[in-house]
This record gives sequence, structure tokens and C-alpha cells, in this order.
Amino acid sequence: MTLTAFAFYVFASVAVAAGLMVILARNPVHSVLWLILTFFSAAGMMVLVGAEFVAMLLIIVYVGAVMVLFLFVVMMLDVDFTELKSGLAEYLPVGALIGLALLMELGLVLGHWVLADAAPGARAAAMPVPGDLANAPALGQIIYDRYIYAFQASGLILLTAMIGAIVLTLRHRAHVKRQNVLAQIHRTRAASVELKDVKPGQGI
Amino acid sequence: MSGDYASAIPELIMAGSAMALLMVGAYGGGDARRGVILWCAAGLMAVLGIWVATTAPTGQPAFSGAFLNDRFAQFAKVLILFSSAAMLVIGNGYLERRKLMRFEYPVLILLATLGMMMMVSSGDLISLYVGLELQSLALYVVASFNRDSQRSTEAGLKYFVLGALSSGLLLYGASLIYGYTGSTNFTIIAGIIKSEGVSLGLTFGLVFVCAALAFKISAAPFHMWTPDVYEGSPTPVTAFFATAPKVAAGALFARVLYGGFGDAVHDWQQILVFVSVASMFLGAIAAIGQKNLKRLMAYSSIGHMGFALVGLAAGTEAGAQSLLFYLAIYVVMNIGVFAFILSMERDGQPVVQIADLAGLARVQPAHALAVAVLMFSLAGLPPLVGFFAKFFVFKAAVDAGLAPLALAGAIASVIGAYYYLNIVRVMYLSDQERPLDIVSGVFGKVMVGGAALAMAAGWLPFVSSAIGLTDATLAAARALGG
Repeated sequence: MTLTAFAFYVFASVAVAAGLMVILARNPVHSVLWLILTFFSAAGMMVLVGAEFVAMLLIIVYVGAVMVLFLFVVMMLDVDFTELKSGLAEYLPVGALIGLALLMELGLVLGHWVLADAAPGARAAAMPVPGDLANAPALGQIIYDRYIYAFQASGLILLTAMIGAIVLTLRHRAHVKRQNVLAQIHRTRAASVELKDVKPGQGI
Repeated sequence: MSGDYASAIPELIMAGSAMALLMVGAYGGGDARRGVILWCAAGLMAVLGIWVATTAPTGQPAFSGAFLNDRFAQFAKVLILFSSAAMLVIGNGYLERRKLMRFEYPVLILLATLGMMMMVSSGDLISLYVGLELQSLALYVVASFNRDSQRSTEAGLKYFVLGALSSGLLLYGASLIYGYTGSTNFTIIAGIIKSEGVSLGLTFGLVFVCAALAFKISAAPFHMWTPDVYEGSPTPVTAFFATAPKVAAGALFARVLYGGFGDAVHDWQQILVFVSVASMFLGAIAAIGQKNLKRLMAYSSIGHMGFALVGLAAGTEAGAQSLLFYLAIYVVMNIGVFAFILSMERDGQPVVQIADLAGLARVQPAHALAVAVLMFSLAGLPPLVGFFAKFFVFKAAVDAGLAPLALAGAIASVIGAYYYLNIVRVMYLSDQERPLDIVSGVFGKVMVGGAALAMAAGWLPFVSSAIGLTDATLAAARALGG
């Protein structure tokens, strides 16, 4: 067994096991940590197939940003997970049955899997031509040229998600005092201080 | 490349103005400008609708085949743009009265409409998915737009979770299709199917994609979200759900099946036959017990999507034509019905119970008559236009050798007629001391009256030829076959 094959089996089995633990772990924080391990193993496999850019993306974007955010959300939200899981016993038999049926069908597909004869050609046609191009430039060429439409549309989807998050959560609270730096700077002495001539024994 | 952008000018304008209006709202006074933004958005969509309708499409695929600007896309886009604009206008008063109107609402509707236009123009599994997600994401947000109401929040969340599940199904199916054919482009997929046939894996991918699209069009057995989302969302949003997104999803369904899998009719015909029969009967039977008008319209939309899919199941050019015809008629009927539902009020509060309609014919004879016409048309009674919509889909099915399907459809429409006629019965034959108030602006009245008039007079030959609906749907269906 070559080193590559050995590394593949290690990464693959860790990824599958960690993926399983994501849904089996009782503590949601542990689930997130298992998910991070899954992403690391997936990144390792990406390196094995020569897609080092995707591997870096997985580490930087998913592990570094998305998962940390996830961890914060899980830890900060007061979600009662035992209550969420309360219906589990009730739905498990039906769910397991459907899952099993689906799994068997998918096994059937995998057993009979064939490629169309024209598939390799069609697949190659959608790729950038130069073979000596590194991953990142190749992706750049393909994203900003051939798939510019999908790329821009994805940007619009993210914009929509951002608008949605703000619309549904932002509340402008009245009667909350905020610091207004400009107003503070532009305060003049004349506007803020008043000299009162208080006569003895009278008060204001 | 510049030709690519030229064929997507309406979409570019929509995207640019959505962002511009967002900036106007965010930096130009916030919710104080909401009225201006709403009328700008509605006006823009109406003008673009006219522009798209009068500009001959290039017919050339753009962006490496990801974007198709043909007669089919043109027809669907015109329908989508006009119904979105109409829904924005008639929902405005309701949202203002409930103090729900914020400037983001028209912007989100613009983005959803843009997503729908991208859906009907998609020539590729990737552009299909991004268009669908753009539309869906905006719709999830507007479903829970009344964020202080538990029902509305629940509607948005339910729609979001189930929508995400269906997107997962779609992506899985798309990956199987790509795995077999090596391409995401419908034309290339169709070419490979033509030369090499359909393998088991491709059939699985097709089934997954069909399931996801059936979810989006709210066809049984993927309809579970519909009644809850329709009931919980603010009524203008429900009205929007019932019109433009249905057209977009239906057209997208046709686009995928005819454009990509036109030579595999036998593989998807049985799926569509099952889905349409299930939807027709579920929509007809489950609606009978409903007391809430919005829930009733949800089941009605499930049933109507079943009828529309009968046309698609035929798998012929006439089938696609009858699908488009059906969707157009359905949208007009729903605009009228929802313009009426939006105007139902009592003591300043919206009412949506069927029992509240009692005695309406006594105090509001004109409205009651218009609604009665719309209900008769929804039920498919001749000589109203709703009958012809059903007639054409059944005819397409019979011509394609699916006579049992057409028969099932006829039975379902007879069962379904009960609850439409029940509404008319409550309006005319029941009475109560103080019937509800009708609060609607000029546009609301025009929509109810116009839709009823169109349904009542649209079957007259000189009227139908003047609208040119038959010719337009035929040209659109021809473009689809490729």
C-alpha cells in the first residue's frame, strides 16, 4: 500500500467517523468540534487529489470562520436540546425505515453506476484549457469568465440573505441613549452653559 | 460577452434597481421613503413587463448556455413581472394599515422576482439552482415579515427548513445527473440522452430533481408546508406566494423536463402522472373541511398545480402550451381572489374566515358578484375561462394517450367544485346581522373587477384572439422543444 492510499484511507475513515459523531454527540458543542474534525479530514483528502486551493478554503473559510461562528451560536443561544430531541423515539421507527429504504436504493444505483460515453468529453469541455495552470488561477479563470453569471447571482443571494437577517432581527429601540460624537464635538460653551445671577437669599 | 449581457438586460436592470432602492431606503430616510420605493419597484416591474413583452428575444443562449432568452422565457417573464407588480400594489394598503410596511419589503419582492426571471431563463443546472435560491431566500424572509406574530415567524421558519431540505434534494439529483452526463447544461444533457439513453443513476437524479421542483410548486406529496405557510404569512405575502412563484416553478419544471429530458418522457411521465393525480385529489378533498379562507386557497393552489401538471405530464408541445395557458389563467384568478381577501375587514381587523362572508351579497352586491364569478372560474364551470384552462390540459393529456389521467382530473374538479360553490352559497344564501366591511383602494377594486371580467368574457372568441394568449403560449411552447 502506497503512502497516498494509506493517507486516503486514514482521512476517509476519520471523516466518516467524525461525521457520524456530529449527529450522535449528545452535547451540541461537541458536535461542532466533530464537524471541524470532519472538515480537516476532507481538506486532507483535497490535498491528496491535488486541489490544494480547495483544501485551504475548507480550513480558512469553514474551520476558521463558519465553524467558529457556529460554536458561538450554539454556546450563546439558549436552546434546550433535550426538548428538541423529545420527539425522537416517536419518529425514529418511521425515519429509520425511510432512511433504510433510501440507503438500499442508493446502493442499487451505486452498483449499476455507469458513465455516459460522452461524459468525459463533456466534463473536459467545461474546464479551463491550459494544463500547466495552478489551481487558484484556473479557478479564477473559470469563475470570472465562464461562470460569471452564477458567480454574480450567488452574490445577489448573499445580499438577499443579509437583507433578510437585518429585516428580521434589527430593532430600533426608542429611548435608548446613544453617544453622538459629532454633536459632542460641536457643542459650544454658549449653547451648554448659562450664567445665572443668583440674588442672595432667593435661589433660582 | 457583451451579447451575453445584452440578452440579460431586464435582469441586470432588476438587480441594479433592487440595490439602488435598497440604498435609497437605507440612506435616504429609511421607512419614511417606503411608499416611494414601493411605487418605484412596482412601476419598474410593470415597465419591464411591457418592455420584455414587446422586445423579440434573441433566442441565443448566453453565458456559456447558462442563460436562455427565448419565447418561453419571455412569456413566463411577462407573466411574472405583471403579477409581482400587481401584488405589490394591492398589498400595500393592507400592510400600511397593519403597520407592517417597511422599505425592505418591495426590495425583497424585487429580488424574489429577479430570482424567478432567472429560473425561467435557466439553461443549466447551476443557473437553475442559483435562480431558485435567490427566489426562495427572499420568499422565506417575506413569509416571516410580521416578525412580532408567532404564526408568521413559524411560517417563515417552516418554509425555510423544508425549503432547505428540498434544495438539498435538488442538489443531490443535480449531482447524479452531472455524474452520469458530465455536464450541467440542458442541451448537452439532452444530446447525451438522445444518443446513449437513460441509465439508472440518471433516472435517480431526475427523480430527486422532480421531487424538489414538486416541492417548490407545492404539489402533493410535497405540499405539507403550503397550508401553514399560507395561513401564517401576512396576507399580501400569501397572495404573492400564490401567483408569481407558481408561474416560475411551473415554467422551470417544464424547462428542465422538456429542455433537458425531452427524450426521456417515459422516465418522468409516470412521476408527473402520480404527482398531478395526488395533488388534484388532495387539493379537492382536504379543502372541504377548511374554515379559513387562506388555508382554503392553499389547498386550492395545490389542486390547481395538479391540474397544471396534467399538461406537463402529457410531454408534448400541446402539453407545454396548456401548462402555460393554465398558469396564466390561474394567476389572473388568484390576483382577483386575493385582492378581495385583502380587503376583508371588520372593525379595522382583517378577517379570513369563510363564515364571515355571510350576507356579503346584501351589502356589497358588486363585490359578491365578482367573487362569485372568480369562484365559478376556479371551480372550472363553463363558460368561464377557468373551464377552458382545465379543458386544454385535459385535451393535451388525452391526445398524449393519458385518458385515465384526464378522467381523474375531471372527477377531482367535480369534487373540488364543492368548496368553491360553498363560498358563493355563504355569500348569497347565509346572512348575518352585520356583514364584514370591504376596505380597498382603487387598485384593489380594479383587480377584483378586472379579474372577474376577464374570467367572464375571456372565452369570447374576439376577446381571446385580441389578448393573443393562445398564440403566445404556442410560440413559447415551440421555443421550449428546441
